[in-house]
Amino acid sequence: MSQAVKRGRGGPPVIEPGHTYASVTDKISSIVLSRRTPMFWLLGFFVSFVLTMVLLGAISYLFAKGVGIWGVNQPVGWGFAIINFVWWIGIGHAGTLISAILLLLRQEWRTSINRFAEAMTLFAVACAALFPVLHLGRPWLAYWLLPYPNTMALWPQWRSPLVWDVFAVSTYASVSFLFWFVGLIPDLATLRDRAKRKGFQIFYGMLAMGWRGSALHWYRYETAYLLLAGLATPLVISVHTVVSFDFTIGIIPGWHSTIFPPYFVAGAIYAGFAMVLLLAIPLRKVYGLEDFITMRHLQNMAKILLATGLIVGYGYVIEAFMAWYSANPYEGYMIANRMRGPYAPIYWSLMLCNLATPQLLWLKRVRSSPPALFGIAVVVSIGMWLERFVIVVTSLHRDFLPSSWGMYYPTIWDWATFVGTIGLFLALLFLFIRFLPMISIFEMRTLVPEAGAVGMQPVPEHSVAGEEG
Amino acid sequence: MSSRPAGPPRVYGLLAEFERPEELVAAARRAREAGYRKLDAYTPFPIHGLSDALGFRGTKLPLVVLVGGLLGCATALGMQWFSATIHYPLNVGGRPLASWPSFIPITFELTVLFASVFAVLGMLGMNGLPMPYHPVFNAPRFAFASRDRFFLCIEARDPMFEKGGTREFLSGLGAREVVEVEE
Repeated sequence: MSQAVKRGRGGPPVIEPGHTYASVTDKISSIVLSRRTPMFWLLGFFVSFVLTMVLLGAISYLFAKGVGIWGVNQPVGWGFAIINFVWWIGIGHAGTLISAILLLLRQEWRTSINRFAEAMTLFAVACAALFPVLHLGRPWLAYWLLPYPNTMALWPQWRSPLVWDVFAVSTYASVSFLFWFVGLIPDLATLRDRAKRKGFQIFYGMLAMGWRGSALHWYRYETAYLLLAGLATPLVISVHTVVSFDFTIGIIPGWHSTIFPPYFVAGAIYAGFAMVLLLAIPLRKVYGLEDFITMRHLQNMAKILLATGLIVGYGYVIEAFMAWYSANPYEGYMIANRMRGPYAPIYWSLMLCNLATPQLLWLKRVRSSPPALFGIAVVVSIGMWLERFVIVVTSLHRDFLPSSWGMYYPTIWDWATFVGTIGLFLALLFLFIRFLPMISIFEMRTLVPEAGAVGMQPVPEHSVAGEEG
Repeated sequence: MSSRPAGPPRVYGLLAEFERPEELVAAARRAREAGYRKLDAYTPFPIHGLSDALGFRGTKLPLVVLVGGLLGCATALGMQWFSATIHYPLNVGGRPLASWPSFIPITFELTVLFASVFAVLGMLGMNGLPMPYHPVFNAPRFAFASRDRFFLCIEARDPMFEKGGTREFLSGLGAREVVEVEE
């Protein structure tokens, strides 16, 4: 704690001065319990709800007609479904990264952004998980992906990265949910104790499961939370690694490369932090949370964005270099086709979005300006989507045999499904903001000055429990 | 509950309220030094040193998580090995049936999944949650334990517990208020 405070010297604080245990509790719980629902919420929820209905419409039509309504074809069998799957999964990486890795690294500034970043993770993974199932062609047989005793005596093919992906994504979704829910329990108890209406008392009371803040409970709670963080850390890295295996285990030019796992993981963190910035900047403004999500948070996230952006940029450069250096004609053609072929405008927009734009973050003036950061976050999110488009489509549409080359164009149903998942994601997020505390209240209590005096000083023999906060 | 005889409610313990975490830690330490053993504290956030002051010695939770992880690892490896070599052997280009390198990703994922589930259920189970009713909730100001107040409870089942004496002892520790908690 004292170390972190020292490091913060000079820069903006992680929490504005003047807050107490009570003020932190009341301010965050009032958003859920007593404050009037702002116009922003009603409008935002309305729009995202409409888009969710677009998603339901698109899915219904898909179920009636089959994947022929999409632009997928031979040779591009993967199309939007896989592009969007990888994009959403990538976005879903920031939440657990912030919660787990930054917790283990004792970055206390994570405290005010971890809760909604975790929620964002869950909703992004939910959107992602839709796509492979819809893409199955016969989605009602999706349960065949799981190993279960069946009369056909069949098993999943364990050597297939697509099966690994099923396990990786479902484990990630489950563990992210557990991590998020465990973090919520003490705050649900706070809401139960603050709620005035009977219905809310029962609702939060049931979710809080009778949490009463006993010292012994806290001790086990912190042990469990720390262990979960330790388990989630390699998990975050593994999930996008396994997603990259979907590509890199195949022998398609442009996919079969060892740079993919690290480059995908960095890209996921990059996309995830862009989305956290994209959400945090308007939220802190609308709900007046500038005291808790300070410029310090935005600046730190901007730095992570820059660092991961550079790793991703390195991936792009190495891809091109290896295509030349390997002297493999198919790899060479793949990169030439990306740069000069029919999808060249998308490739160069990707370079502009992901490689060039984030360089602005070197400037302190840009890092200190929320509107500029918001703009960069939008550009990076678009860039990451374009990256997945380039990877999926340009490699598939022209591979080894020129006689089987083709083109891929998305249809209106592709777009409707994609935009629909954005609606679903935002609708879930709006519901979360309305009904659950979007900032971890109990962890914020540990950041106020009065706690700094004695409460959180780690006792030597308790170094394990000293991580929280 | 139903078997409880009619009459005055039994006392669960005495609950002392403190305004600052350091006062609570000091009070807990003094109570323990005075010989009280059935103690618990209720706080709005984890306070380090408090579990020491109350005399808690470690938790078996890490062991539970380890067992969960090993179980997940064994389940995944066992399932893949059994199905690939015994139940449904599939010859793909003459490659070995027990192709363990390709079993690693699923083994890793299930290890993490089982360990995490054991961590959460183990934590809840050891804490006795969900527990919809607990006597301390009867204390009128207990709702502040989830906001900004710190409570120390000396339970009636403590052999040294004695209503008048214990109340005096707690007030002497600088408690803002001491209330009797009914069972």
